[in-house]
Amino acid sequence: MPSKLFDIEMRLLIDAIFLKFHYDFRSYSGPSLKRRLTTAMTRFGCATLSQLQDKVLHDPSTFPQLLDYLTVQVSEMFRDPSYFRALREKVVPLLRTYPSLKIWVAGCSTGEEVYSLAILLHEENLLSRTLIYATDINAHALQKAEAGVYDIERIPGFTVNHRNAGGRSSLADFYSAAYGNALFDKALKSHIVFSDHSLATDSVFAEVQLVSCRNVLIYFNRELQDRALGLFRDALCRKGFLGLGSKESLRFSACADDFDPVVEADRIYQRRDGR
Amino acid sequence: MSATSEPDLRKVEAIVIGASAGGVAALGTLLPALPAQLVVPCFIVLHLPRERPSLLADIFAPQCRRPIVEAQDKEPVAPGTVYIAPPDYHLLIDEGPAIALSTDEVVHFSRPSIDVLFESAADVYGRGLLGIVLSGWNQDGADGLEAVRRAGGLTIVQHPDTAEAPVMPQSALARHPDHLALSLAGIAALLKELPAGKPA
Repeated sequence: MPSKLFDIEMRLLIDAIFLKFHYDFRSYSGPSLKRRLTTAMTRFGCATLSQLQDKVLHDPSTFPQLLDYLTVQVSEMFRDPSYFRALREKVVPLLRTYPSLKIWVAGCSTGEEVYSLAILLHEENLLSRTLIYATDINAHALQKAEAGVYDIERIPGFTVNHRNAGGRSSLADFYSAAYGNALFDKALKSHIVFSDHSLATDSVFAEVQLVSCRNVLIYFNRELQDRALGLFRDALCRKGFLGLGSKESLRFSACADDFDPVVEADRIYQRRDGR
Repeated sequence: MSATSEPDLRKVEAIVIGASAGGVAALGTLLPALPAQLVVPCFIVLHLPRERPSLLADIFAPQCRRPIVEAQDKEPVAPGTVYIAPPDYHLLIDEGPAIALSTDEVVHFSRPSIDVLFESAADVYGRGLLGIVLSGWNQDGADGLEAVRRAGGLTIVQHPDTAEAPVMPQSALARHPDHLALSLAGIAALLKELPAGKPA
């Protein structure tokens, strides 16, 4: 049982959010949630979490904003270039053997990784037969992802990453710049379905050949990690691929035996044949 | 606690160290001072340009008489082990205690951030925490060390006059003047007093 006042208030707030809004943060990793809530308290001018709870329950405009503090992950395109290079070199040759492809980017936030994958698949001449499901629990982040508009100042970093990821074309081929923004190509978007989905409460919705879910599981406790990994296992076809973040591992998971490592250093795994 | 009184290291249950510019050399002095029979864990955030894989644990291993490893997410904290934050991830301490990593936004232009480590560790270890801020050119660690002090832990900064980059210890002292300011040799001498188990 929590003894510190903040921990008690945090549990009450998380329960209140679940009861009223059906967003389930009860199995999120404590320290990051605590840090984000502390930031949110300052932002909403609340001295205590109890005050924030009052606002969340009684002021309809508060929760959508709070949700951004609790869920939005700022990523970048081709973050960890070696991951995308490994996908290109070790996974793409096998993806080529499928007549049509379905890919699930779970916890896509504002979409940087989704567009990175779409660009990679386009460069490998696979995008035309691919459908990417990009899911997140935050509707606001999904809207941003769907818009595909990023601050132009972030593009130089994205470009370096793309090159280091073994990019076969110029990133500039995929966006147009206007008013300080880079707008990514509609042709990429036509292969992406953006959709609301919770790894904590929803179930499998399609059979896919690749799941990419990076730096999402570190925000979950072990039980929720196992639930999410179980969903990925059940969504993947036999010999389908799973890509995780560079500091996420299957090693301690209940699902460890369901996967074989393909490129351990880049956290790319493959679903085992039998079950 | 006044800045002049001798700190009592017997109550220490964990150590957090934050370093930036000049930090590799400073840690090169401090890590060899950790007792071979150290029983408390030590967590380190060192600002570095992003690189992968991190070589820090390998670099420091020969100078450290305790196991030194890159921190892994959800890993239970082992006594007497030195954990280094991986590049491009925040390192936090969870109840258990256990390691937690995050890719949340940079703090003071840094990920890993010293403040993030110190604040989460202060929450878990309270008065049992020893926080040390070393050389650096920015202000990361000032809020974190203050959180350690408020939680009743021991707080030390590398004396700005002896730091390769004095801004980080200065900023911590500006946040609160009661942190003990010592030379690296002085800090190393104190670390030798840390709780130690029986020789193996």
